[in-house]
Amino acid sequence: MKFETVIGLEVHVELSTESKIFCGCSTEFGAPPNTNTCPICLGHPGTLPVLNRRAVEYAIKAALALNCEIADWTYFARKNYFYPDLPKAYQTSQDDHPIGSNGWVEINVNGKKKRIGITRVHLEEDAGKLIHSEDGSESLVDYNRVGVPLIEIVSEPDLRSPDEAYAYLEKIKAIMLYTEVSDVKMEQGSLRCDANISLRPVGSTHFGTKTELKNLNSFRGVKQALEYEQKRQREVLESGGKIVQQTLRWLMHEGKAVVMRTKEEADDYRYFPEPDLVELKIDADWKKQIADTIPELPDARRDRYKESYGLSDYDAGLLTVTPEIAQFFDDTVKEGAEPKAAANWIARDLIAYLKTGDYALEDIKVTPKNLSDMTKLIQKGTISSKIAKQVFQELLKHGGDPETIVRERGWIQISDEGELREIVRSVIEAHPQSVVDFKNGKDRALGFMVGQVMKKTRGKANPQLVNQLILEEIGS
Amino acid sequence: MSLLQLPLREIHKRMTDGSLSALDLTKASLARIEEVDSKVRAFITVDGERALKEAKALDDQLAGKTESYGPLAGLPVGIKDNISTESVRTTAGSKHLSNYTPIYDATVVKRLRDAQTISVGKLNMDELAMGSSSETSFFHPTYNPWDLSRVPGGSSGGSAAAVAAGEVYFSLGTDTGGSIRQPAAFCGVVGLKPTYGRVSRYGLIAFASSLDQIGPLTKNVEDAAYVLQAIAGYDPMDSTSSEKKVPDYLAALSKDIKGIRIAIPKEMMGEGIQSGVRKRVEEAINVLEGLGAICEEVTLPHLEYAVATYYVISSAEASSNLARLDGIRYGMRVDGKDLIDMYKRTRGEGIGKEVKRRTLFGTLALSSDFYDKFYRKAQQVRTLIRQDYEKLFQQYDVIVGPTSPVTAFRIGERIEDPLTMYLNDICTVPVNLAGLPAISVPCGLADGLPVGLQIIGRAFDEATVLQVAHAYELQAKSLPQPSLEVREDEV
Repeated sequence: MKFETVIGLEVHVELSTESKIFCGCSTEFGAPPNTNTCPICLGHPGTLPVLNRRAVEYAIKAALALNCEIADWTYFARKNYFYPDLPKAYQTSQDDHPIGSNGWVEINVNGKKKRIGITRVHLEEDAGKLIHSEDGSESLVDYNRVGVPLIEIVSEPDLRSPDEAYAYLEKIKAIMLYTEVSDVKMEQGSLRCDANISLRPVGSTHFGTKTELKNLNSFRGVKQALEYEQKRQREVLESGGKIVQQTLRWLMHEGKAVVMRTKEEADDYRYFPEPDLVELKIDADWKKQIADTIPELPDARRDRYKESYGLSDYDAGLLTVTPEIAQFFDDTVKEGAEPKAAANWIARDLIAYLKTGDYALEDIKVTPKNLSDMTKLIQKGTISSKIAKQVFQELLKHGGDPETIVRERGWIQISDEGELREIVRSVIEAHPQSVVDFKNGKDRALGFMVGQVMKKTRGKANPQLVNQLILEEIGS
Repeated sequence: MSLLQLPLREIHKRMTDGSLSALDLTKASLARIEEVDSKVRAFITVDGERALKEAKALDDQLAGKTESYGPLAGLPVGIKDNISTESVRTTAGSKHLSNYTPIYDATVVKRLRDAQTISVGKLNMDELAMGSSSETSFFHPTYNPWDLSRVPGGSSGGSAAAVAAGEVYFSLGTDTGGSIRQPAAFCGVVGLKPTYGRVSRYGLIAFASSLDQIGPLTKNVEDAAYVLQAIAGYDPMDSTSSEKKVPDYLAALSKDIKGIRIAIPKEMMGEGIQSGVRKRVEEAINVLEGLGAICEEVTLPHLEYAVATYYVISSAEASSNLARLDGIRYGMRVDGKDLIDMYKRTRGEGIGKEVKRRTLFGTLALSSDFYDKFYRKAQQVRTLIRQDYEKLFQQYDVIVGPTSPVTAFRIGERIEDPLTMYLNDICTVPVNLAGLPAISVPCGLADGLPVGLQIIGRAFDEATVLQVAHAYELQAKSLPQPSLEVREDEV
């Protein structure tokens, strides 16, 4: 039997407001434990929440960018459960009237576009963090994170593969970055994800029994865990077994998931309207004001790059993953670079470099003007593309004027015919066998000879010219 | 006569002319506490040293500045022990919080300090404000100054008894279902529950968030108006506090009540009301009519559901509000073999029987299987009850009846019979469900025990409530001083 995978994701995104959702404490990451706290976020008896308007605006902005309908009025609800990281023993969240609902995002996997539904976007508060001692004898709690505003984005079960889940996460991340509602740093916990996955026979319209995966700490982790669980479920089903509805914890280092709890132990959170807060009305004016602050989003920007500059879908996609990269590209073009050339350098070399050290754009020295100037040097024939690679490495690390770099390093391309012809003759003389081979139809021998010339000129020779001169000299 | 028996205006005059100081008043209060509190047991914590220091500092600060004296300047006051006081132990009458000292002041505490009053200590109450007798306090019962064998009412029993026994000039209590008014009635003092949202709840250890209000217990209506004036008003720390302007409550007191329309719900005057209580209330109604008020009998059709509705909603909210008493960050902790065991032991030992009963019931009422049947249904009935009142207030200015169907009962008499105790809340709980302001004023004695007259007003119309109460009070015979003894039974 052939199976189809059904995946739905719940993504939590920490909003980058300066203060917490219900008190004035700072949301800064990395402060010493329990320093960003006050009686309110510590849940001391008698304290009351006051809603941070900015957090609501960020949630609305995110929901609008995810194509959601925005509720005219909404309210908060208490989700009751005991845990040491939850000082009030309830999380102030939302129940049946979320801020946003019925949205969607578009993903692109292997050139195929697909819309993924978003069930809801709601606003809630984050919990604290437990830190366990190595021997397990003690647990400490850091309440700095308690009350940091979160949105929970719940997808429809529209995803059909771990790759689609990965692409969906990338898209959510990009939208959060473009709208500037979050810095989306998974390693700092400002984006967290739980995944539901089930399998069903192809053609079936019913959902199979699902499992929920938790502790997915990176996009790659999400994909790996889903691949693992997809395979496990398929093997169970193929051997005639049944999937048990349960929650699994992904252990990244061991590459496997272990059972956290089964359905029978499911909690009753006793949701009820938060009596310490009043209903929240979202009128059309407010909605519009917020909508007006939403910049061009990744999909629109990608389409613009394709239409205006003739970029491939793939390149345009790479350039628009983060607003910073897209802006870098726009600025490079503005500096006069030929768009396709600029796109190539950014989508390939620049992004690859960022990945080598997990750098952000602000960590590297090259400016849009530097890159633009470099592409102009290539265009003028001052440097070869090969040399340009070296120039670009230099720019990434130190920045600077490409022309100066090229001059100081003596990297200007040799296009002097007389000079090159002499070198070509010496190479031909030194490698008579290659000439014979070439004449016997071995094209590779030509490449070898060009390479020898390049070696002698330390890469500075104009390759087209070298090619032409060799052919002339061996008289073919 | 004790300094604390002087009328407020007289105290203010003497304070201003320098013949009386906050220190004198505070000393008088502490002396009276020393003298009688071993009998009344109104206090959980008396902080004399701090009070004297604050009084001295206030005197120094005000010395020579005649215009700086507020109307309440120098008055020694008591605070119910569920209202947070920075660096003064705040127990809410619970074992769990018996070692808890807040790191912040409630908004009302700040406002009373701004009003130049001196807090002498924290007053006894039913544990976490759950009870109508102050007997569920972890620490000790409080004894009714009119008969020490009887309860002072509750949950603000300490607040009422301390005022009745002359230990403080006035006190603050909290009222979720009658917890200011019923003890005020039992102890023969004035107790005012403001409109929900009129006084900030910030710093009040929540029992039921949608019902709780803080209010004053005083010797007379005028004092209640002064205290309300000092504590009412919007607080940015409490989202449910109202931004409505606070009117001049004192100005309202001077108006007569000719032509005021008064509704008397017949459900509040029928059977189940102790005959002595009914009699005193009927006499009070006659007094009001004599003052030119128009009194008419009316009906509150959904009143019979009020007690059930109240216990569902208040217990549901309480079950969530009190969950934070988990032994992790403050309060008592009893270690266990693991986290869940620690929770169970901590809450098992730290929390009393009545609170457990309501927590269990509230948890059930919110659970997914019972939510519709209990919590949602109760919210619907709450709306109907609110509408009953809204309808009445289209035609009437206030609603009048007894505060409690009974006078103070004996200690131990009802504690094992919670349902009867709950049913005694019938006159007060619907007012909280509707969020309305209401006052209890003494209207004489029945068998030697005080009876309270309840006057309920429109939302945010404390002025009219105070006006009617004040007009009545001026006509009514004032009560004698309570005996501070055990009364012999007259068989």
